[in-house]
Amino acid sequence: MSVELRGRGIVPGVTEAEALVTRDPISGFGGIDVATGTVIEPRHELFGVCFTGKVLVFPGAKGSSGWSGFFQSTRLMGTAPAAMVFNVVTTKAVLGAIVTRIPTVVEAGPNPLDVIRTGDLVRVDGDSGVITVVRAAGSASELSTDFIQ
Amino acid sequence: MKLTDDEMRMRDGAEGGAVAAAMDLLIRYGEALGAERLVDTRNVAGTMTQPSPAKAQLVREGGWAKAYAVINLDSDDDIEIPRMKVPTCQLQHGFSDDAEGLTAYAPQSIELQTDAENYYSERGVNILATCTPYQVGNLPVRGEHVAWMESSAVVYANSVLGARTNCEGGASTGAASLTGKIPYWGNHITENRYATHLLQADTRIDTFQEWGMFGYFVGEHVQEARPAMVGSLAQPDLADLKHFGAATATSGGVEIFHIPGITPEAPTLEAAFGGGAIPEPVRYGAAERRWVYDTLNGQGQSDEVDFILLGCPHASLDQVALVAHLLEGKRLNEGTELWVMTPRALRTMADRNGYTRTITKAGGKVLTDSCPAMSRAAPPGTRVFATDSAKQAHYLPAILGIEAWFGTLEECVDAAITGRWRGQLT
Repeated sequence: MSVELRGRGIVPGVTEAEALVTRDPISGFGGIDVATGTVIEPRHELFGVCFTGKVLVFPGAKGSSGWSGFFQSTRLMGTAPAAMVFNVVTTKAVLGAIVTRIPTVVEAGPNPLDVIRTGDLVRVDGDSGVITVVRAAGSASELSTDFIQ
Repeated sequence: MKLTDDEMRMRDGAEGGAVAAAMDLLIRYGEALGAERLVDTRNVAGTMTQPSPAKAQLVREGGWAKAYAVINLDSDDDIEIPRMKVPTCQLQHGFSDDAEGLTAYAPQSIELQTDAENYYSERGVNILATCTPYQVGNLPVRGEHVAWMESSAVVYANSVLGARTNCEGGASTGAASLTGKIPYWGNHITENRYATHLLQADTRIDTFQEWGMFGYFVGEHVQEARPAMVGSLAQPDLADLKHFGAATATSGGVEIFHIPGITPEAPTLEAAFGGGAIPEPVRYGAAERRWVYDTLNGQGQSDEVDFILLGCPHASLDQVALVAHLLEGKRLNEGTELWVMTPRALRTMADRNGYTRTITKAGGKVLTDSCPAMSRAAPPGTRVFATDSAKQAHYLPAILGIEAWFGTLEECVDAAITGRWRGQLT
């Protein structure tokens, strides 16, 4: 069984990857290390965690106006997330998603933070604005789940 | 998004490839925000010269035009970068040659930045090289639509000057410079500027330190929202509100605040809320003040201080003068460094007034262009630093992995002379 969330696609493209979910807003400057694609803010719940290649599910951006530049640098250095999902629309996060050039869906319902869990396999469709939880974390593959049912 | 005829012409290439790329980015950005249209601007504060490993690589591949296309326009096209269409300034960036040899900061980065300054100056960019453009000649007027980045400058422009800007980024300002356009969204629209939260100071806010601590509390409480402040507030000056705003944009993401009777869009408390309902105030008293002080000093253990950083945001001439006055005839503790960061234009005045000589004679430095947090560099071997800035006390420990003390300017200068931190909340 897959779960669907519907929002607004703001950066086109479709990708499927594991989700990394946090309820803490993310800071660019002083918040992430672009060389390693990890969160470096000491009090952040993802402190030390790498987001490279993940569907980053977070509330929104905080901190310095360098936010978009820092995430753009992750693209240039090959450490970017695979997709972004966030619900608080700000200039920082929106511009950041655009220059990181990864499929991005905003303002999705039901709230992605309540539905998506870290480790879920998620498809983000930045064209249609649909996010699909393809496989829950810890479950067997989609195919074998279907066989069991 | 609705485009005017001249915007469509720019998009379609009538003014060349770079302007077309800029308009393409503004359209993608505006539509993603949900903006209905763009608005004209003739004042852009952005960043192009700041060195980074990614930028150095792009410059090696295709020169500064390549770096501007990719980083400031989000375009992979090979395009010539024309003269900026509207007045544009460079905000703070990396250390300049006045800091060469003082830190582990790479000399190649200083060279790369100098090269960038030459390239962008030729294209009409004013190299103000400060986080406080409003201190050195870029002073937008009330109601003016501008496109600024740097969170402390954005909150100052909106709140203290009554100009209108969102917290822009490197690419949106890069596109605004070449088109004179920015999405009409957020803080550009009157209804989005009214206060949403009320904060009341029950403890007296009457010094630079008190304004910074109050700002840190306000930002922590309202996060991205729009606060109005009332209560026991003394008349602030430029430096007080520069510190206050920077602090609100550090613990939170405040882009506009109102102080009835002080800031231009709030002649009264009612006006701050746009005639709407005024909420019950959140109180800032002795306990809250103590919480802020302890939080900002939560990363200090050792009282042996080896680095003092003043001027975040960049110091006003009055602040530099006060540091010089306190250091008159004194000598810094051996092994303790003191830096004052200020815009280069103000250092020229500090030189002329003898402040630089007094500070230098005591063993301190008056530096420009950057700060330790921006350039990720402090004097070699720094383990414990002290500052009078809530913003720098918040960021620098995370960025450099060092301990931090936060206090008054006088306490910081005392620590520079004695090598000991003796600050306390009185």
